[in-house]
Amino acid sequence: MIPELGHIALIMALMMALIQSSFPLAGAAQGIPVWMAVAKPAGRAQFLFLIVAFGCLAFSFASNDFSVLYVAQHSNSSLPLHYRLSAVWGGHEGSMLLWALILGLWTLAVTIFSRGLAADFVARVLGVMGLVSIGILLFILLTSNPFERLASPPADGNDLNPLLQDFGMVVHPPMLYMGYVGLSVAFSFAVAALLGGTLDSAWARWSRPWTLVAWIFLTFGITLGSWWAYYELGWGGWWFWDPVENASFMPWLVATALIHSLSVTEKRGAFKAWTVLLAIFAFSLSLLGTFLVRSGVLTSVHAFATDPGRGLFILMLLAIVIGGSLFLYALRAPTVQDHVRYALVSKENLLLLNNVLLVTAAGSILLGTLYPLILDALGLGKISVGPPYFDAVFAPLMAPVFVLAGIAPMFPWRQASIRKVLARTGKLALGCLITGIGLTAVFWNPRDIATMAALTLAVWLAASALFSLTSRVRLREHWREGLRSQSRSVYGMTAAHLGLAVFLVGVTLSGRYSVEKTVRMAPGETVEIADYRFTFLGVSRVEGPNYVASRGDFEVQAGATAFRLHPEKRSYRVQRNMMTEAAIDPGWSRDLYVALGEPMENGAWSVRLYCKPFIRWIWGGGLVMMAGGMLSVSDRRYRLAAKPDESWQPASSASNVAA
Amino acid sequence: MTRRQRQMFVVSGIVIGVSFAAFLALTAFQKNLLYFYTPTQIAAGEAPTGYAFRVGGLVVPGSVKRDPDSLNVHFDVTDGGATVAIAYFGILPDLFREGQGIISVGQLNAAGLFVASEVLAKHDENYMPPEVADSMKKDGHLPIDYKSWKK
Repeated sequence: MIPELGHIALIMALMMALIQSSFPLAGAAQGIPVWMAVAKPAGRAQFLFLIVAFGCLAFSFASNDFSVLYVAQHSNSSLPLHYRLSAVWGGHEGSMLLWALILGLWTLAVTIFSRGLAADFVARVLGVMGLVSIGILLFILLTSNPFERLASPPADGNDLNPLLQDFGMVVHPPMLYMGYVGLSVAFSFAVAALLGGTLDSAWARWSRPWTLVAWIFLTFGITLGSWWAYYELGWGGWWFWDPVENASFMPWLVATALIHSLSVTEKRGAFKAWTVLLAIFAFSLSLLGTFLVRSGVLTSVHAFATDPGRGLFILMLLAIVIGGSLFLYALRAPTVQDHVRYALVSKENLLLLNNVLLVTAAGSILLGTLYPLILDALGLGKISVGPPYFDAVFAPLMAPVFVLAGIAPMFPWRQASIRKVLARTGKLALGCLITGIGLTAVFWNPRDIATMAALTLAVWLAASALFSLTSRVRLREHWREGLRSQSRSVYGMTAAHLGLAVFLVGVTLSGRYSVEKTVRMAPGETVEIADYRFTFLGVSRVEGPNYVASRGDFEVQAGATAFRLHPEKRSYRVQRNMMTEAAIDPGWSRDLYVALGEPMENGAWSVRLYCKPFIRWIWGGGLVMMAGGMLSVSDRRYRLAAKPDESWQPASSASNVAA
Repeated sequence: MTRRQRQMFVVSGIVIGVSFAAFLALTAFQKNLLYFYTPTQIAAGEAPTGYAFRVGGLVVPGSVKRDPDSLNVHFDVTDGGATVAIAYFGILPDLFREGQGIISVGQLNAAGLFVASEVLAKHDENYMPPEVADSMKKDGHLPIDYKSWKK
């Protein structure tokens, strides 16, 4: 009964999406206010039905209704309740439902926070979002219905993939989808502006906070995924250039470019056509990511759906979205003109350069990800492109991005003089070079030029971000007044660039100075790595709710202190899968990582031991970047732009007004 | 500088940048492409020696031999037509099992032994790597009792 209710709710949501896109788009084209006004209630109703559908599926999981095929495949009665609920998006069908639900959530957000926008613009935005929703809902209903029943239900379910029975995996998909799908808002704003011919600074100002919020979620989702891979896969790596990771990273790179390009469009009215194109690309890459993950063309942990019909459907959806929006762009772009002038050396052009670099980086990843698939599809042989390719291409493209991220904020708009900027920053740059080389030489290896270069870049990023903030503050008489007078987006930018510096330190030091040992250890044996002594004390048997585990006992001697680490080797009962649960001692400057391999003779085990310096900085940097995004979103002018009809000042920015 | 010259400057800058990136990408590509060979192809001498590639197949039951004192492992992989012997040092993935489909990256040495630097097994017991399934289907060697890798 409940699953059928969910199915009906899903069909109703599709009907609402049809109404949400047809009437408002036609109404906006014809200038019929009543038709346009349908957009908001239809969007909200669609969200309501999606919530009902999602709730029904969640209920089926919670109540162990194994007559539903999807529940039987991904749950088990011995699975704890919180994992049963997260199992809703633990497989293909449910995660597509989550995708649709999140699109509904973004639609709801647009209906709520769009009071200041022109009626026809809102109608177009919601109409375009409705079109996307139609595509996804049709996909779910026609190829991957999560409510499908089994004629003869099994006594118990097949259980959730043990890898997904983890907190990081509970949160990672919703966050990533919030980012992916959030880019559909930026996309819809761009398409709506193309349709209505209203590409201007105001459009960029409205579009910016939405893009930023999507970017924040995407950043968080990717950071979480990387962190999960690190502690859960038992290999100690944080990024594998796996096609699925790339699928989330490409939209991130383009979204990052989009944020910067939007700021130029908003402040200077330049790059309009380029910004629109980026918005289209960013969402197209999100859809492509969904296609790559869901179509089963990839050999990956994530590729759980391998049905060619599904792949074909998403491929067609992709072709319609990309083809349609690019066609519209081609029709309208010639009428979009930038009337602003700027010199060759100016902040505008530096931001353009940053954009080109980021997009090129995304393009090179796209090449490495798609090339093997295309060759395979054409029957030209099976190849794969390994991490060395991505490392070799990515590093040289990113180095200038880091340099630019430091120096661009110090260039004025319109026209700049390289000589003046150099005079201001020359000493700073020299100081960074000395610090970078000095730090590497003192703490690591005096001959390691790669680390020196990377640390110099990181120090440069951090120092120049703070330097440009202080020079802004100094324009005021008193530093307190100066600090208060800065907008939150300035602090946001500073924080995001600092986060990038932190990230770079983590990547460099953990990449170049990790110590790894794979050894056979008998009980009582001691192995030493990087000033730490690991003593293996043996294993014991532990029972979990749906698994049994061999729990290792390691004593770690670090100078005068000693502590214990307990890695596990779990055997999940239902799927009879083995799982490595690594034990990690986290720290600011290093992580110690122990993972059990396989049991050997006489109680000995093969063991993996790592010491990874500064690896936490990688995710820390991601979180700082995210915080920077949040600061920018909370900037007053977006709230004013969203609600021009209200005169109240939010409490948090009251001090701004008082100053 | 006139507007036109400035535009040309920016455009040529972008073109140079993108070609540099393309050059980097293609060079890196050439060096890092990994080809896939089946055990049958290796037996026929089609696979190169001294050059890394990937091989895939089912682990032959009873062929896994672990060295008692070190982390050396030897096992055979088959696609139904031929088998290839693989040597690996280290910890095998959690889902490595006899009879299971795996993919391995490594080089063929002069004696015809495949020295693996990486062994990959999918986190799903029903799973067979698409490359392996394809080649076995083509040769008509797909075991009937093996659950379809398409869910």
